[in-house]
Amino acid sequence: MSDIAIRAEHISKRYRLGERAPYKSLREVVARAVTNPLNRLTGKNKAANKKEFLWALDDVSFEIRQGEAVGIIGRNGAGKSTLLKILSRITKPTKGKAEIYGRVGSLLEVGTGFHPELTGRENIFLNGAILGMKRNEIARKFDEIVAFAEIEKFLDTPVKRYSSGMYVRLAFAVAAHLEPEILLVDEVLAVGDAAFQKKCLGKMGEVAEEGRTVLFVSHNMTAIQRLCHRTIHLGNGLIVLDSISDRVIKEYLNSLPLANEKDELEKIISTLPKDSTFQLEDIHLFQDKKPILGPILNGLPFEVEIQYQVLQRTTGLRVYIDLCDSEDLLLFRTFHDEQADGIPTMNRGRYISHATFPSDILAPTRYIICINAGIYNIRDCIPTPGVRIPISVEWTGNYNRAYMGDTIRGKLAYVIPWTTLEIKNVTT
Amino acid sequence: MKPSISTPINPTEAINIPAIPHTTVSPSSPWPSLQLRELWEYRDLLLILVWRDIKVRYKQTTLGAAWAILQPLLTMVVFSLLFGYVAKLPSEGIPYPIFTFTALLPWQLFAYSMTESGNSLVANQQLITKVYFPRLVIPLGAVLSGLLDFAIAFVVLLGMMLFYRIPLTINILFLPAFVFLAVLTALTMGLWLSALNVEYRDVRYTIPFLTQFWMFATPIAYSITLIPQKWLWLYSLNPMVGVVEGFRWALLGTTGFSLSYFLISTTVVVVLFFSGLMYFRKMEDRFADVV
Repeated sequence: MSDIAIRAEHISKRYRLGERAPYKSLREVVARAVTNPLNRLTGKNKAANKKEFLWALDDVSFEIRQGEAVGIIGRNGAGKSTLLKILSRITKPTKGKAEIYGRVGSLLEVGTGFHPELTGRENIFLNGAILGMKRNEIARKFDEIVAFAEIEKFLDTPVKRYSSGMYVRLAFAVAAHLEPEILLVDEVLAVGDAAFQKKCLGKMGEVAEEGRTVLFVSHNMTAIQRLCHRTIHLGNGLIVLDSISDRVIKEYLNSLPLANEKDELEKIISTLPKDSTFQLEDIHLFQDKKPILGPILNGLPFEVEIQYQVLQRTTGLRVYIDLCDSEDLLLFRTFHDEQADGIPTMNRGRYISHATFPSDILAPTRYIICINAGIYNIRDCIPTPGVRIPISVEWTGNYNRAYMGDTIRGKLAYVIPWTTLEIKNVTT
Repeated sequence: MKPSISTPINPTEAINIPAIPHTTVSPSSPWPSLQLRELWEYRDLLLILVWRDIKVRYKQTTLGAAWAILQPLLTMVVFSLLFGYVAKLPSEGIPYPIFTFTALLPWQLFAYSMTESGNSLVANQQLITKVYFPRLVIPLGAVLSGLLDFAIAFVVLLGMMLFYRIPLTINILFLPAFVFLAVLTALTMGLWLSALNVEYRDVRYTIPFLTQFWMFATPIAYSITLIPQKWLWLYSLNPMVGVVEGFRWALLGTTGFSLSYFLISTTVVVVLFFSGLMYFRKMEDRFADVV
């Protein structure tokens, strides 16, 4: 026997377009039966058929050794989730096959099968069984799960009365105590508050160190970098790159689309995945009351206007802007509600948030502005890194005014008020 | 070159090495296999899903499990007034209320289980798209969860038999077989309906009508003696005729139905069951993509 955990050979998966969304009704089938022969006569059918299919995965092959932790990244619709679904046997590949050596535990969602009417205690048993644990296995780990989730006091409360944070903690705690040889994880860490996320990452790290095989789909590059030595980048159903994480992540970020022009920005916004709470509608960049066309002048303030819809009343919904350097290193983050005294609640409706960046903070270089929104303690509404807009800055400000040709050392060029006095020494 | 001397394996050590299960994921084969052994491995999940359905059913109801008794009881009262008292339908010499109640019990077990399992795959789509397990667990669990209500209502039936002074006979030993047949019929319908429901949501709207029509095609409110002898073979193609008449025979000692017709009912169920199982297995691979 070799030390291979997963061997995927030419896995392909074809979906009929629109298959997942609206189900067929009997009427449609009858209608199709009537129109189909007609189409066949006119040759319409062929053209229609070609369009109707989408290859979510197209000839994907790889091997994963036992004990390896491998990250999977890629844009939405790249085939990441389809791959996990095939490996966890939820759906079958259209072509190709995978050999899997070991018991597979898949975590495609936190709290699968949780029933709101049942108590925390009952849901631990229910969820555990759904994830593939035997009853005595759950009973044995019960105390550990409860302690990890930090919900001792609410064990006998129906989970519908839990706060969303508690719900997520309990769900992750059950999942974290699965002990399969192979663990497939999809974007689970996008939930919970920072402290809990850290705890989850720690737990995942432990799992990997114990010699179990982990396949980890995430938009969180930092988490991937921490957990996985190797990463596979999927794009349009194909493997773009399969290599050391640092290299793959760097090339992935470089390949992400930048909203260079208005058209492109609109396209990016319109293809964002639907979120139940937050829907981004438009982004405008202004300087001197005019839309920014060329470079930003660092001698003037510049403004970012974000238009969006809140689809349900939410506490702790925060729209934020990340200022990153050209290599995606975060320089700072600013939130729309950072001046609030308590955590505000936003009602359903349409909003415009307006941020003004003062003059004299940016250096004459390139930056990337990332716009996103998140619900505090719960999740991001747009997959990280959000909508990325590149900007370049021209030196017109007060920073280093007399030495304009000099290279700038540092990522920012903040104008700091200085005073310099000559000390008239009288003691000599 | 490796030395060819094989190291002797310590037998206790060999036992401690856990066998690593090997699975192959490959495209669907045209001939589905039943894989009942795998179903057995997932019995813990089956039990917990049954337990969940039972636990959740009467949550936040004031009367709770009393509904299990009230539903057949109230139907019995209405039937007794309408068909027994007003229409004066014959009931083979047995008091009409218990005559109809004996039939209502297996009927409600069947109707409830069929409805629940027919809708079960769609109701559990969140599970189906996120976790792997043999999909049969879902409609099977939905059918089994109907048994508790039946057991509760059965106690009431025994009480009524005491009240009407109907003696228990040796025939009652056959009752479990008729309960089994009712459950099997419900599961059969559940397999067909739930698999069809995944693709055609029309099924959800069809089930209430189906239940209603089926009830009139079953001797619940009336006696089977009203059916002309020459049509009895056609009538007994309905498996629930066999179940209901079996109940009356086992508990009340009626004789309107003979073994040969009962065999027709049973054969119909068995044929539909195995074809349904094959259909379900065939469609199963697509559930997660279509639901």
